[in-house]
Amino acid sequence: MWDYTDKVKEHFLNPRNVGQLDQANAVGEVGSLACGDALKLMLMVDANEVIVDAKFQTFGCASAIASSSALTEMVKGKTLTEAATVTNEDIANYLGGLPKEKMHCSVMGREALEAAIANYRGILLPMAEGEVVCECFGVTDLEVRRAIEESHLRTVEEITNFTKAGGGCGKCHDRLQQLLDTSAKQVKSKIIPLKASRRMTTIQKIKLIEDVFEREVRPTLRKDGGDIELIDVDGNEVIVSLRGACGSCAKSRTTLKEYVEKKLREQVLDTLTVEDDKA
Amino acid sequence: MNSTIYLDNNATTRVAPEVVEVMQPYFSELYGNPSSMHTFGGQVGEALVAARAKIAHLLGADPDELIFTSCGTESDSTAILSAIRANPDKRHIITTRVEHPAVKNLAENMHAFTGHKYRVTQLSVDSQGMLDLDEYEKAFCEDTALVSVMWANNETGVIFPVEEMAMIAKARGVLFHTDAVQAVGKIPIDLKKTAINFLSLSGHKLHAPKGIGVLYVRKGTSFSPFLVGGHQERGRRGGTENTASIVALGKACELAATRMTVENTRVKCLRDTLEKGLLAAIPNAFRNGHPEHRLPNTTNISFEYVEGEAILLHLNTVGICASSGSACTSGSLEPSHVMRAMGVPFTAAHGSIRFSLSVYNTEEEVDFVVQQLPPIIAKLRQMSPFWHNRPKSL
Repeated sequence: MWDYTDKVKEHFLNPRNVGQLDQANAVGEVGSLACGDALKLMLMVDANEVIVDAKFQTFGCASAIASSSALTEMVKGKTLTEAATVTNEDIANYLGGLPKEKMHCSVMGREALEAAIANYRGILLPMAEGEVVCECFGVTDLEVRRAIEESHLRTVEEITNFTKAGGGCGKCHDRLQQLLDTSAKQVKSKIIPLKASRRMTTIQKIKLIEDVFEREVRPTLRKDGGDIELIDVDGNEVIVSLRGACGSCAKSRTTLKEYVEKKLREQVLDTLTVEDDKA
Repeated sequence: MNSTIYLDNNATTRVAPEVVEVMQPYFSELYGNPSSMHTFGGQVGEALVAARAKIAHLLGADPDELIFTSCGTESDSTAILSAIRANPDKRHIITTRVEHPAVKNLAENMHAFTGHKYRVTQLSVDSQGMLDLDEYEKAFCEDTALVSVMWANNETGVIFPVEEMAMIAKARGVLFHTDAVQAVGKIPIDLKKTAINFLSLSGHKLHAPKGIGVLYVRKGTSFSPFLVGGHQERGRRGGTENTASIVALGKACELAATRMTVENTRVKCLRDTLEKGLLAAIPNAFRNGHPEHRLPNTTNISFEYVEGEAILLHLNTVGICASSGSACTSGSLEPSHVMRAMGVPFTAAHGSIRFSLSVYNTEEEVDFVVQQLPPIIAKLRQMSPFWHNRPKSL
């Protein structure tokens, strides 16, 4: 028997905000019957982008129902920008934790929320763009990479617990291990400063960073309806804010790490790390 | 919580009070080792002889054909690996897609235990969970070492024609093993009349305690032990005998022999009442498994568009114990291999619930379940996006 917290049990037995929301203008649907769980999240967003009402319909186990219930309670009253910062860990924490094998239920909650926000903004979610790694559950490499980074996953088993990838036939386990290895290398390269590091004052850094943004980063982001603003530079940590379409993009972290950070390291200082101001 | 209504007897059973009573002395005054030369130990040995005779009687076997083990899984592993060792040059095994993991996982991983790669033919089942004997006959190869087919399926209760299948294997000179863990005590078995070489049983499925199993090995079948050690079980299974549990199993088999009729009349009737009641009260629900060829105590019902774990936890809050073939209950992410082998659609596989009864269940309990479950299913369906989008033409 699963070791569910009292709060999970309570939200499962008496779920909040179940049902259809006819006035919903932001709807996110994730999961499928085949996968064994699915969530339809319906939000009503007012002119100020405040979520004034939220309802859900869920097919799934106790923790899937409890995660959905918790999610609707958490986002009500928030602006879309605030809601976009809700992570799967936040959902699990709200419930006092989930059994590790059930973390994918909280991930489903976050995915539905992202889908609903994207639906409101009329954006196509980029997750589908990745390469499908796990055929059984249709999980892409982007989703796996994101889970590895966000939840600091270290084993294939943990990836399965969080994303379901690898939980079926098991043929993708080698590929999942590769993704873990690649991400571990990236983390290492972030920590070990290269010998060639120059010493720079913060003002010098800011000037060069703005330069790179204006010359290369902004033109690229603007093509997708997005933008970026430099908020602060603290040592080697560059704090930025993604704007426009990028602000709500589910892939924004990948954009920051794989694109913005890479550019800054190449052209400014190879020890810089880029973080979102909302993180 | 209300008092417990236990409808999960294919998982494990209540130890019969009569069984608890007879095993008690072996934890206190009768603690001797049956192998000892003194009368104090010897009297325990005598009790084991009596227990062995009772078990043999239930199975239609000779007492010498029984080996005590620690569980059904040990019996399965012992039988399969012994058969493989008896045929060192053969590299093919026939089994089914719906075996218990104790057989399935061993057959699929023979390489790890023998150092040789084995080809495994897993016979398919139809939508009612039944085997196709033509497919079975065609599956034999020159180098088939063993057939291992369960007598009755743990999830659906479907009974396989193992007596007939064993005859077919014998005609081809192939050893035949059956995992009869779910069948023993529920349906009549007479091994003398069959060609079965190995049969596994587990005590805790028939009101004996956990931790005791039996492997039947037909006289004349070559055998090599799994646990090598002392001379216990005539050198076929080392390790000091689990005396209290062996005595308990003897009593449980004696009880089972006397209750076989009750099992197939009163228990079967309760099962049918439960099944009919639920199917009548709940739309979009159907039985999994053949209506006739199945154990008298088991019903497996799918409730479309809802998930099994959620159903079980709601049942749990009103004191009803059952189990599910849904992915979420097992910790795996896919629905049960039995439901998938039967081709149960995903709309229903995740919502399959198994109720397995015993002689201890009552009519009141069954009525209570029939009354409690419909609103639970309705509540979960109200919550399910698929229920609202289901094809309405059904």
